[in-house]
Amino acid sequence: MFSRREFLMAAVATSSVLGSGMAGRWSRAMAQQRLTEDGLLAMEGTGNLTLVHVTDIHAQLKPIYFREPSINLGVGEVAGKPPHVTGADFLKLYDIDPGSPHAYALTSEDFVSLARSYGRMGGMDRVATVIRRIREERGADNVVLLDGGDTWQGSYTAQQTQGADMIEIMNALSPDAMTGHWEFTYGTDRVKEAIDALPFAFLGSNIYDNEWDEPAFEHTLMLERGGTKVAVIGQAFPYTPIANPRWMIPGWSFGIREEDIAKHVEEAREAGAEVVVLLSHNGFDVDRKLASRVPGIDVILTGHTHDALPEPVMVGTTLVVASGSNGKFVSRVDLDVRDGRVTDWAYRLIPVFSDVITPDAEMAALIDKVRAPYEAELARELATTDALLFRRGNFNGTFDDMICEALLQERDAEIALSPGFRWGTSVLPGDAITVEDLHNACAMSYPAAYRSTMSGATLKDVLEDVADNLFNPDPYYQQGGDMVRVGGMGYAIDPKAAMGSRISDMTMLSTGEPIDPARDYTVAGWASVNEGTEGPAIWDVVESYLTRTGTVSLPENQSVRVAG
Amino acid sequence: MTFNRREALAVAAGALAFAVTGARIAWAAAEDTKKALMDFTGGAEPQTGRITLDAPEIAENGNTVPVSVSVESPMTAEDYVESVTILAEGNPSPAVATFHFTAMSGEAAASTRMRLAKTQNVIAVAKMSDGSVFMDTKEVKVTIGGCGG
Repeated sequence: MFSRREFLMAAVATSSVLGSGMAGRWSRAMAQQRLTEDGLLAMEGTGNLTLVHVTDIHAQLKPIYFREPSINLGVGEVAGKPPHVTGADFLKLYDIDPGSPHAYALTSEDFVSLARSYGRMGGMDRVATVIRRIREERGADNVVLLDGGDTWQGSYTAQQTQGADMIEIMNALSPDAMTGHWEFTYGTDRVKEAIDALPFAFLGSNIYDNEWDEPAFEHTLMLERGGTKVAVIGQAFPYTPIANPRWMIPGWSFGIREEDIAKHVEEAREAGAEVVVLLSHNGFDVDRKLASRVPGIDVILTGHTHDALPEPVMVGTTLVVASGSNGKFVSRVDLDVRDGRVTDWAYRLIPVFSDVITPDAEMAALIDKVRAPYEAELARELATTDALLFRRGNFNGTFDDMICEALLQERDAEIALSPGFRWGTSVLPGDAITVEDLHNACAMSYPAAYRSTMSGATLKDVLEDVADNLFNPDPYYQQGGDMVRVGGMGYAIDPKAAMGSRISDMTMLSTGEPIDPARDYTVAGWASVNEGTEGPAIWDVVESYLTRTGTVSLPENQSVRVAG
Repeated sequence: MTFNRREALAVAAGALAFAVTGARIAWAAAEDTKKALMDFTGGAEPQTGRITLDAPEIAENGNTVPVSVSVESPMTAEDYVESVTILAEGNPSPAVATFHFTAMSGEAAASTRMRLAKTQNVIAVAKMSDGSVFMDTKEVKVTIGGCGG
């Protein structure tokens, strides 16, 4: 349950600077004395088989800052349950010390000061070290490496190379299988070309050919590792043609299709699988529900909603594992398989502290190679920020506040809309905003920043529609993004209200007047899923705003009030 | 680009409550749907079970939404499914399709595509050879799309 509150995302950023008593107590050196590569990787091995999971890397080759959400509400049965626990509640729930490395990695508490102490996280060269060490410790023949997708999109270099940079890096890691979501936004031809060249399986149990209604992708990979027969079933993001442009992949239909998963689980067991794994891009709540309805899955490696949990959530005997995003974490799941079934397990969510884990030299060289043609452009500074820039949160993020302000000013609009994506890295106060930072928040294949008119009634429909995608009490009806971000307009939202009646008090911030359902408003936005959308690329709009502005300072965002 | 002006979603909110009421479903439905249902069942009280309606939770394209239906039945001369009708209660005209079967059909299963004007309940009703009637319902969302990820 969440209480009524005046909702101020920016206030959280402020408190992390002013501190809760923790700020400044941790020097970088002190923090790192407690952190070692061996310490991060140490785990008492269990059983004979190890699953290694990475997901939602969003093309982040280099170490990044990524602030986890301070607001991530659950409705219905999942209210107050992980991953819908944030901040101090999260620390309490998992008994994590405030100010500790895990507090920094897993929550938004004291983010700025802890970021300065502990440094950036991730980096595919560090991820490579973690994976190599697990393979050395467990024996490569006993390890299955799985990539949950959203790997090929999310950076300047990925957009420039249509994912080729990430494909080269991932190939070097030798995963056994992947599934996808944003991969599909490169369009049918590019996806087919890329998948045909992959030296490992691209799985999508839930992707059908639209014309003949036949499965369009492999659904299951059968492996033998650690003397154990393992079935990996792949599930792509079910709402790819809805949340992203359908016209780019007109021949493919998706959907949850849980009956297909159930069928593949049965088939896998009949074929002798002792362990059944679902490599999923469903999102956490969808997978939790699915685990309660489809019997026989030992482990669901979930993705899409970018949650990082220090231990699996158990649904019956199914482990639901959430491995975070952006290369911040690598999940290791050890399984003891005896007499054809899992008898014991152990888990470690390994936080990839980039200053602590040694980069893998070969991978570091490869990353340098794929980035070399773009390094000068990536490092180009556009402005400086006084505020912490981040995206995650159900209703607002400062990065989107900045994008909305750029849309309002550069496109001369009354209202700005920015999609509630969950990818996009963070920039610390006082730091320069580089081309790389900007593109981490908007690199995509449909970037046109439109300028259009919408009636007040249409604007309400848009907000209600997105709110239901986020807060429908049945997870199968959720799409897994956050609320569309709004500039120039405020509103109140009751997440627990019924579909179509969550939004109220829509107000023009400039005048304080209520939004008139019958009046047309000038609206600027980006990332429309409609074909033929016209306008400059969003990164050009924001770059123009940034170079003109010089220093970004954002007022507190008080435009969204959470009621109920 | 164009944004379609849509009906306010108040109707959909009503539909949600409707789905929760379960057995009393026929009495909560819109007038046209109720009438179509009565015409099909001849007034018999629909039961739950035996019939399975399969449709996406969220439509990828409201203009062509796949829907399939199957009914458990021995399909013998003594006991078979006579017909199955599909209704979309939020469409201007709720009737989507009616399929007729005989014992010779072997199984009572059918699939088609339908247009859905907005988020609504889709209802499938099977009439058995003994006059009993079974019903399944599923809410299908028709969204504007584009803000997930």
